[in-house]
Amino acid sequence: MEKLDDIVQEALAQFAGINDPVELEQVKARYLGKAGTLTELQKTLGRIPAAERPAMGVKFNAAKVQLEAALASRRETIQRKKLESQLAQEALDVTLPGRGIGSGGLHPVTRTLERIEALFHSLGFEVADGPEIETDFYNFTALNQPENHPARSMHDTFYLEDGKHLLRTHTSPIQIRYMEKHRPPLRIIAPGRVYRVDSDATHSPMFHQVEGLWIDESVSFSDLKGVIAEFLRRFFERDDLKVRFRPSFFPFTEPSAEIDMSFGDGWLEIGGCGMVHPNVLKNVNIDSEQFQGFAFGLGPDRLTMLRYGVNDLRLFFENDLRFLKQFN
Amino acid sequence: MKFSENWLRTFVDPPITSAALADVVMMCGLDVESVESAAPAFAGVIAAEVLEVSKHPAADRLQVCRVNTGIDVITVVCGAPNVAAGLRVPLAQVGAKLPGIEIRQAKVRGVESSGMLCSAKELGIADDAAGLLILPADTRPGDDIRKILDLDDQLITIKPTPNRGDCLSMLGVAREVAAMTGSALKPLPDFSVQEEIADRIDIALEAGEGCPRYSARIVRGVNAKAQPPHWMVQRLERSGLRSISAIVDVTNYVMLELGQPLHAFDHAHIAGGIRVRPGRNGETLKVLNGEDVKLDPSCLVIADQDKALALAGIMGGADSGVTDQTQDVLLESAFFAPAAIAGKARVLGFGSDSSYRFERGVDFAATPRALNRATRLILEICGGHAGPLCEAKGILPARPAVRLRRARAERIIGVPVAATEVAAIFARLGFEFLQLGDEFLVTPPSYRFDIAIEEDLIEEVARVRGYDRIPEGRPRGGAVILPAVETRLSDRLVRARMVVRDYQEIVSYSFVDQAWERDFAGIESPLLLANPIAAQMSAMRSNLLGSLVDCLKLNFARQQERVRLFEIGCCYERSGAGYAQRKMLGGIAYGDAVGEQWGSAKRRVDFYDVKSDIESLLTGRAMRFEPVQRLALHPGRAAAILIDGGAVGSLGELHPQLQQKYDLPFAPIVFEINLDALSERKLPAYCEFSRQPTVRRDLAVEVAEAITVGAMLNALKKAASGLVCDLAPFDVYRGKGIDSDKKSVAFRVLLQDTSRTLTDAEVDKEIGQLVQTLQEEFQARLRK
Repeated sequence: MEKLDDIVQEALAQFAGINDPVELEQVKARYLGKAGTLTELQKTLGRIPAAERPAMGVKFNAAKVQLEAALASRRETIQRKKLESQLAQEALDVTLPGRGIGSGGLHPVTRTLERIEALFHSLGFEVADGPEIETDFYNFTALNQPENHPARSMHDTFYLEDGKHLLRTHTSPIQIRYMEKHRPPLRIIAPGRVYRVDSDATHSPMFHQVEGLWIDESVSFSDLKGVIAEFLRRFFERDDLKVRFRPSFFPFTEPSAEIDMSFGDGWLEIGGCGMVHPNVLKNVNIDSEQFQGFAFGLGPDRLTMLRYGVNDLRLFFENDLRFLKQFN
Repeated sequence: MKFSENWLRTFVDPPITSAALADVVMMCGLDVESVESAAPAFAGVIAAEVLEVSKHPAADRLQVCRVNTGIDVITVVCGAPNVAAGLRVPLAQVGAKLPGIEIRQAKVRGVESSGMLCSAKELGIADDAAGLLILPADTRPGDDIRKILDLDDQLITIKPTPNRGDCLSMLGVAREVAAMTGSALKPLPDFSVQEEIADRIDIALEAGEGCPRYSARIVRGVNAKAQPPHWMVQRLERSGLRSISAIVDVTNYVMLELGQPLHAFDHAHIAGGIRVRPGRNGETLKVLNGEDVKLDPSCLVIADQDKALALAGIMGGADSGVTDQTQDVLLESAFFAPAAIAGKARVLGFGSDSSYRFERGVDFAATPRALNRATRLILEICGGHAGPLCEAKGILPARPAVRLRRARAERIIGVPVAATEVAAIFARLGFEFLQLGDEFLVTPPSYRFDIAIEEDLIEEVARVRGYDRIPEGRPRGGAVILPAVETRLSDRLVRARMVVRDYQEIVSYSFVDQAWERDFAGIESPLLLANPIAAQMSAMRSNLLGSLVDCLKLNFARQQERVRLFEIGCCYERSGAGYAQRKMLGGIAYGDAVGEQWGSAKRRVDFYDVKSDIESLLTGRAMRFEPVQRLALHPGRAAAILIDGGAVGSLGELHPQLQQKYDLPFAPIVFEINLDALSERKLPAYCEFSRQPTVRRDLAVEVAEAITVGAMLNALKKAASGLVCDLAPFDVYRGKGIDSDKKSVAFRVLLQDTSRTLTDAEVDKEIGQLVQTLQEEFQARLRK
C-alpha cells in the first residue's frame, strides 16, 4: 500500500502550508471527507486478500489518527498566530504620560505639623486648639506676665482696633484654655498661627508655633529634655542630632530653657521650654504641690526649613507654586 | 549689651580660652549674640616717635620722616597730612602683615622707605582713614601696638533675658562667670572718697515706693573740658558707647562697670534741694534727646523747688545737664523701683540705657558705692572738691527668705541633688542662706529681682549645676490609647481630599488689604488692626477669597496657566464686645479642567467640576446647592452650599467685574466652606440591600429653561415608590429639535424589588407615574 503513505505525506504537507482555518477544513475534506482520497482508498480495502485485511485496517486507522492530530496542531497554530498578530496590533506606547487630573499637595509647613502631631500622638499627646484673636488675660496675664512686665517687650504685639484684644503672640494661651477645662494628668500639643510685629528676612509677622504641655505628678525637667531630644531625633530621622538646653527665661515656666539643635556645625535655636510656673497652675486652679509638668513651644517653620533645606522663611507665605510643588 | 573680654577678666579670670569663656556666658543664660575680635589679626606694628619730617624731593604730597623705633632710627616715606615731628604713631615694620597688605622694604619715588606709618583704618580698627592714628604722648617707642591699644581682645554681645537686670554690667556678668566656673570674683578696689568741702544737698523723697533711695553728692570746681582717659574711652567704645565728655563718660562707665545708672546735674541749675516727686498735670520737660515731654502724675521726676529737672531713671533734662562750662556737679545715684519705670519707654516712645536697667531692677543696696566710684573718677580726671555723700531713704524692697526643699528640687529637675551640692551652689552664687537639713532658707541678694519662689531657686540649682549635666529622661506616665472620633472629619482628612482633587495648599496672611474686604465681602468698615505692619496688611480677613485671588494672580503672573489652590484658615468678624472666629476652607480653580495633556480635549474648569470637588468632601450627609446672590460671585453662577438644610458656604464663578479689576483673563471658580459645619459626619450604618436584578428605564422630557433639574429631581424622588433605587439626570440638551426657550433633560431610572424580579407591567406603571408627575408639575413633554 505505498499509495496510502503517499496520500498521508501529501496531506501533511498541505496542512502545514495553510494559515486560514476555513481553508484548512476544506483541505481536510479532500482527504478525509466522504469523497476524500483517503476515504476512497479505504473503500478498496474489500478488494485485497482477507488475510491482509486486518493489518491494512490498522494501517488506515493509524493514518487517520496521524492526520487528525496534524489538523488539531495546525488549528492551534493558526489560532495562536491570529492572537499574536492581534496583540501586536493592539500594543500601546506605554511611555506616554498617564491621563486625568493630577494631584495637589500640602504646604510644607503642614507636612511638618502633621509629622509633629503624629510623633507626639504616639506618645499620647492630644491636639488642642484655641482662638487667634486673644485677650490680654490669656496671652499674658494668665501666663504670669502682668502689665508693664519687661517680658512683654519680648513680644511685639498686634492689637485690634478696640485696643483690648490682640493677635496671639504665641500658642501658649491654649495651655490656659485647655487647663481651665481639663484636669491633670494631661498631654496636649497645640499647633497654630501666631503673630508678632516683626518683618525681615528671618521674621514674618505671621508664623507658626506648636505648643506642648504635659502635666502629671512627677514629670520633670529631665523628662522634658528626653521628650524634646527624642522628638527631634525622630523628626529629623537622625540619631546623631545634638540637642542643647540653654538657661533662659519665660514668665510662664521656671526653670526655663531655649532649645538649640545641631547637625554638627553650629547651634540653631528652634524653640523654648521649661517647667510650668506654679503661678500658671494656680491661675487655672491646679495644685502645684501635687501636679507639675513641662511646656514647650517649637517653631515648625524653622523645623521645616532645616528639614528640607529652605533658606528663606518668607517663601512659606509667598505661595509661589514653583516653591510649593517641590513638596508634593 | 556689648563688652570687652579683657575688661571682664579684670573682675574674674577663669583659666579658660576666649571661646570657652563665651560658652560659659552662653550657658549661664546670657544669650551670646556674637563674639568678634577687637581688631583683625596683624603683627609687626610698633609705636614709633616721629623725629623729623622733610619734604620728599620728587613728590609734593609725600614726606620723608625720620622715626625712632626704640632701638633704631629709620627713614619712612609717608603721605598722611597730619604727620608731624614729635608725634607717636603706629609703624608697620618691614615684614609686617596688615589686613590685605604685607610691608616690604621699598623705594618710594627714589627714597628708601623702611616701613609704613599707619592710620586706624589701615590697622582695621576704625574707619578713620583721614590721617595717622595718633598715640598718647607718653607711648614708648618700640612697644607692640597690640599691647598699647589692647587689641588682643574679644567683644562679646549678650542679650540677657528681662529677669536678669543684674547682668547688665561687668560686675554682674563677672558674678555669673564666677558662679558657673568656680573662679573667684576679684574684690572691688576701695572707692572711698576724701571729703574736702561741706556742701550738702537736701533730698526729699515724695514718690513713695517709686524711689526709696536717693544718694547724691556735690563736687565743686571741676574742669568739665578735661579729656577722658584713653582706657575709659576705649572700654566705652568697645561697649558700643561714644565718648561725649569726661563727666558724662564717667557716669556711663560706672553704669557699665557696676550696673548703676547715674546722672550728673549742673549744680548751678538747681534751685534749692532735690525733690523726687510725681509729675504734675500741665508740666512739661525738655529732655536730652530734644523732646518736650508732657508730664503727669504717672511719671516720676527729679525736681528742685521750682521745676522738673529730669525724668527719673529715664532721661535727664536738657537744661540741667552738665556742659563744658559746668563748674559744680551734682551726681545722682538712685534706686527707682522697676514698677515705676516699666512700660514708660513704650508710652514715651523712647527709652535709655538707664531706663532699660531700672525697669529690670538695679542693686538698691549699692547706690553709694557707684556714687563713690564716679566721684573718684571725676576727681581724677576733672579735678575738683567733693562734698559729703547725701542720702534719703524710704522703704527699700523687702527681701523675704525663699525656701527650697531638696526633695522638691529633685522632683522638678528629675535627678538626685545632694544637700551639700545645693549649699555649694548657693555659696558660689553669693546667696545668704540658712540650711536646716534638707531645707534651705535663702535671702535673695539686693541685686536679684528674679528670686521669689522655690522654683526660682530650683532653676538656680539646675543652672549652676549645668543644664547639660541633667540626663535626658525616658518619658513615663503610662501608655494611653487616645480617642479616635470617627464622626469627625479632621482637617487632615479634608486636606488629603483636596490634595487628591488636585488642589495645592497655601498659607496666606490673616491680615489683608482693606480693599479686598470691600471687593469680596462688601465690608466698608473692616475689622482693623491698631498697629498694622503695612497698610495693605491692616484688615483682619472676613473671608478667604481675597487671599486666594491674590495668590492666583501672583502665580498667573509667573506663567502658571492652571492654578488650583486651597487654604484652611481663620476668618474674623466683630461680635458683641469681642470678635468671632471661624475656621474656613477656601478654594480657587483656574485654567484647564485637567492639565493640558495628549488625548483629551482642552476644556476650562467650570462650576460643575468644582461642585464635584466639594461633594467629594462629604460622605453620609445631605448636601444641597441653591442659587444665591453674593457680591463676589457671578449672579447666575453662584450657589449656597447647604448641609442638612443649613447654609455652610458658597461656590461660584468670580464676578466678571472682579475678574476685570484683578486682571484675570477669565473668571476662576471659587468656594468657601465653614470647616466646623463640614467636620461632622455620619457613622456608616449597614442596611439590607436587594440581590434582585435591576431594570433600567430612561426618561427624556422637554421643559421650560427656567425649571431646575434639582426641582425635577426632588419631585421625582417624592413621587417614586420604593421600587426606584436610583434616579439621576444623565443628559441635558439644548439646540436642534428643541424650542429655544426649552431644554431636554434625560433621567436614568433604576428599579428593583427586594424579593423578586419585576414584571414589565410593574415597571411601566412606575414610570407612568413619574412621567405624570413631570407633566403635571413642570408641564413637561415626554420625548420619544
